[in-house]
Amino acid sequence: MPWNRRHLLTLEELTVEEIDQIHTTAKAFKQILHRSVKKVPALRGKTIVNLFLEPSTRTRMAFEMAAKRLSADTITLDAKSSSTTKGESLRDTAQNIEALQADMIVVRHSAPGSPLYLSRILGIPVINAGDGAHEHPTQGLLDTFTMRERLGDDLRGRRVVILGDILYSRVARSNIHALIKLGADVTIVGPSTLVPRWFEPLGVTVSHNLKEALADAEVVMLLRIQHERQNAGMFPSLGEYTGMFGLNHTRASWLHPKAIIMHPGPINRGVEIDSELADGPHSVILEQVTNGIAVRMAVLYLCGGGQPEFVAPAD
Amino acid sequence: MPALWIKNAHVIDPANRRNAPGDLFVDHGVMVDSLSAAAKKRAKVIDAAGLVACPGLVDIHVHFREPGQTHKETIKSGTHCAAAGGFTTVVCMPNTSPPAWTTGTIQYIQDVIARDAIVKVHPTGCITVDMKGETLAPIGSLAKAGVIAITDDGDCVQSNELMRRACEYAAMFDLPLMDHCQDHSMTVGAVMNEGAVSTRLGLKGWPNAAEDLIVSRNAILAAYTGAHIHLQHISSRNAVFIIRRAKDRGVKITAEATPHHLALTDDCIASYDPKFKMNPPLRTADDQAAIIEGLRDGTIDCIATDHAPHTDYEKDKEFDYAPNGILGLETSLAVTLGVLKRRHRFSLPKVIDLMTRKPADILKLPVGRLTAGAPGDVTLFDPDERWTYVADDGFSKSTNSPWDGEQLRGRVKTTIVDGRVVYHHGKILA
Repeated sequence: MPWNRRHLLTLEELTVEEIDQIHTTAKAFKQILHRSVKKVPALRGKTIVNLFLEPSTRTRMAFEMAAKRLSADTITLDAKSSSTTKGESLRDTAQNIEALQADMIVVRHSAPGSPLYLSRILGIPVINAGDGAHEHPTQGLLDTFTMRERLGDDLRGRRVVILGDILYSRVARSNIHALIKLGADVTIVGPSTLVPRWFEPLGVTVSHNLKEALADAEVVMLLRIQHERQNAGMFPSLGEYTGMFGLNHTRASWLHPKAIIMHPGPINRGVEIDSELADGPHSVILEQVTNGIAVRMAVLYLCGGGQPEFVAPAD
Repeated sequence: MPALWIKNAHVIDPANRRNAPGDLFVDHGVMVDSLSAAAKKRAKVIDAAGLVACPGLVDIHVHFREPGQTHKETIKSGTHCAAAGGFTTVVCMPNTSPPAWTTGTIQYIQDVIARDAIVKVHPTGCITVDMKGETLAPIGSLAKAGVIAITDDGDCVQSNELMRRACEYAAMFDLPLMDHCQDHSMTVGAVMNEGAVSTRLGLKGWPNAAEDLIVSRNAILAAYTGAHIHLQHISSRNAVFIIRRAKDRGVKITAEATPHHLALTDDCIASYDPKFKMNPPLRTADDQAAIIEGLRDGTIDCIATDHAPHTDYEKDKEFDYAPNGILGLETSLAVTLGVLKRRHRFSLPKVIDLMTRKPADILKLPVGRLTAGAPGDVTLFDPDERWTYVADDGFSKSTNSPWDGEQLRGRVKTTIVDGRVVYHHGKILA
């Protein structure tokens, strides 16, 4: 089946087939990452602009690296250096980038819906690298890619728990959409202030009982707990959060024996996860990072006009 | 000015229980029961065959942005919108730039009204100095300068103590308070209704409870002080229940609802279009149903538009950053008819009552009825004509309407203020 989606804005709008296509393509690209020459000419001559209007380290690096592995030229504009700080509107910034003959734009923005807004203005592909608390589609794709590598391609009926600050998490939303489409059995768990019942219509189970939620789960995905939420009254203290919902050895023992522990980073050691667990045999946190490059290569390649039957050239 | 003879209309005048074919006469700017044969001969005749003739519509909640934000709207352009929408009386909010909290600003507004307005415009003044919610504005002087109510619309007075004193003080001048009911501590950074839709979209939600709390507060303060508090643009289901209970106990509160809260829900925001961003936000179908029941049983007294112009470039932004508010005057009648009459089977006189006599009575304005001796304010409209609203072709300086390009049903044909035709078949005549 040919790929005919120009933008990647959300996982909510993708079909299962499209997710499969991205994962298949990412698998082919992943082989390249382990070679001495980690580069293919798939996007040679194309210019990709990374417009990061909100701070990001890992996502920005992964996108830059993915673009370079595909031989594209990249420019990264961050919030501080861009003229949005001088009051330029997003429309004007984006139109200027397009006028510079960029071929694709990767956008990270604190305002939900801004990638959709850009996709309506611009004639070039727009890739969402995280829009506020809305979606972070490439993260959802790399997380499900990692789960498929570890658990097998078929995620139907597999028990996945997402634990932490769901309310403010774009990672949670993108994972929920992807996992529900792929047939997984998803439970979101955490304090009731951060895991409101409003999520139920998305097809997940909402829980505030960690023991019940973790029992026999095959995947637990932790989300970063931010200190600012405490100031906003979302929970009493980081200490109480860790006491009630932090993942420690005892709680990890409730999981399926072969369960994997995931985290999109950056992790707060000793807050949402015990330091040892983060480095332990169940942790796939660093694999997620590596997979992030392969998946983003796949996304840039497909939205940039490539087709899913990409075969890695012989080394 | 010759007398006016409106012929062959279907006259609906809820204040006088009139709902029948007939003629209307205006002489020297006021309604009269008949004209002499000689006067009839000289009268300007309008053939209203097939049209409804009702009292000129009244909107007690508009933003005309003058002074200070005249790139969005002016008293002139705003009253042109009003005339095109069938409104002959409007009440404008004081959140101008500067906010209208001094007699000087009110006098300026009165001067511009005298110069530019083609329908009746009544200013309101702020409750607090600079609309900051900290100290009382010179309410007595504002009353003398001609404000017909006080309000910090858009910036609800948060201090219960200050609001209580404002109530007590304003009651001395028989001046109603209009309040935009919103507990700010619960709406920090909020941009839409809190619920399943905001959760899915990742937008910061704004709970109904923030409105309900201040509605309750105001019911309590109105009861305690005896002041009249008018609750602006009610959008929450529980707020309707709270108002109903308070009114049952005889508390002096009144309430309004906007056409957009009747017609649209938070589902409309699916594509992050700022044309659906307003304060209070669009809520759910449950809230909508409660508001419509509230209008049916009188818990909510009237329709008001909250006409809030913003330019294209101001609205054309990320949803988080776009300003709140939409146009309302030119679409209000058609949208309200669509929801209340056609979908919810309100009678036509009932709908007209909600847009004429009821809002006029809230602020004790002598309009909204066709009684002999009343001002000659009349609106003629075709309740069934289908038309497409194109905001660019409208009379506002802005185009921020969710109905831009939509087909609507029910169209204003002629608007008459004090016996003078100010709008007729798409044209401003003043």
